[in-house]
Amino acid sequence: MRAFSGERDGEAGALASFVGYCRTESPNGPVNQLELDHYPGFTEKEVSRLAHSVAMRHNLLDLLVIHRIGVIPANDPVVLVAALSSHRAEAFAATVEMMDYLKTDAPFWKRETGPDGSRWIEPTAADYARRSEHSK
Amino acid sequence: MTRILFFGRTRDAAGCGEMDCEIPAAIESVADLRAWIASRDPELGAAIAAKDIRVAADQCICLNEGASIRGASEIAFMPPLSGG
Repeated sequence: MRAFSGERDGEAGALASFVGYCRTESPNGPVNQLELDHYPGFTEKEVSRLAHSVAMRHNLLDLLVIHRIGVIPANDPVVLVAALSSHRAEAFAATVEMMDYLKTDAPFWKRETGPDGSRWIEPTAADYARRSEHSK
Repeated sequence: MTRILFFGRTRDAAGCGEMDCEIPAAIESVADLRAWIASRDPELGAAIAAKDIRVAADQCICLNEGASIRGASEIAFMPPLSGG
C-alpha cells in the first residue's frame, strides 16, 4: 500500500492499521511460538474474497492484509491490516471487521507451543460473537 | 487418484498433511467419505467425524453431508478456522 510511504491521492483522508503479535502468555500458559497452517491457494482466495467484501462495504480506497504462515516466535508480528478511506470512521470499522473475519473465516489453523507442549487454538465464543456482528 | 488434505488437528490424527487415495466409485458424498475413511482407519475416522470438521472438494466448501465429492481431485478436512 503506497499510502504508507506518503503517496496518497487527494481523496484519502484516513489510514488505519492494526498489527497482531504473538503473545508470550496465553490462557494456557507461557508461549514460545505459534505455528500457522494454511491451505495453499484456497487461503489466498478466501482472504482476498473477505478483503474485497470489507473494502466494498466500507467504501475503502485501499485495503492491505498481510498474514504470516509457518513458525512465528513469541513477540513477533503475525498479521497486518491497513485500511485507507476518505474518513476515519470507515477506516477504523474496516480494520476491525477484517480482523474479526480473519479470526473465524480465513483458512488458517493455529498451534501454540509452550514449555508444556502444543495445542491447536480455535476461535472462542467471543470471536464468533464479534464476527456475527458483521453482515457478509 | 484423489489427494486428501488434512489441516489443524486432523493433520495430527492423520500423521501427515496429505495422502493420495483411490476412492471407490461407490463413495459419492461427504458422509460416505467420512465412513470410508473410518473403516480404513478408525482413529482418523473419529478425528474427522466431528461436526465442526468441514470438508472442501476442489477448494469449494461442502455445505452438507450429502454434498457430492465425486470426481474431486482434492478433498480437504478443515477444523474450525483460526487466523489472526
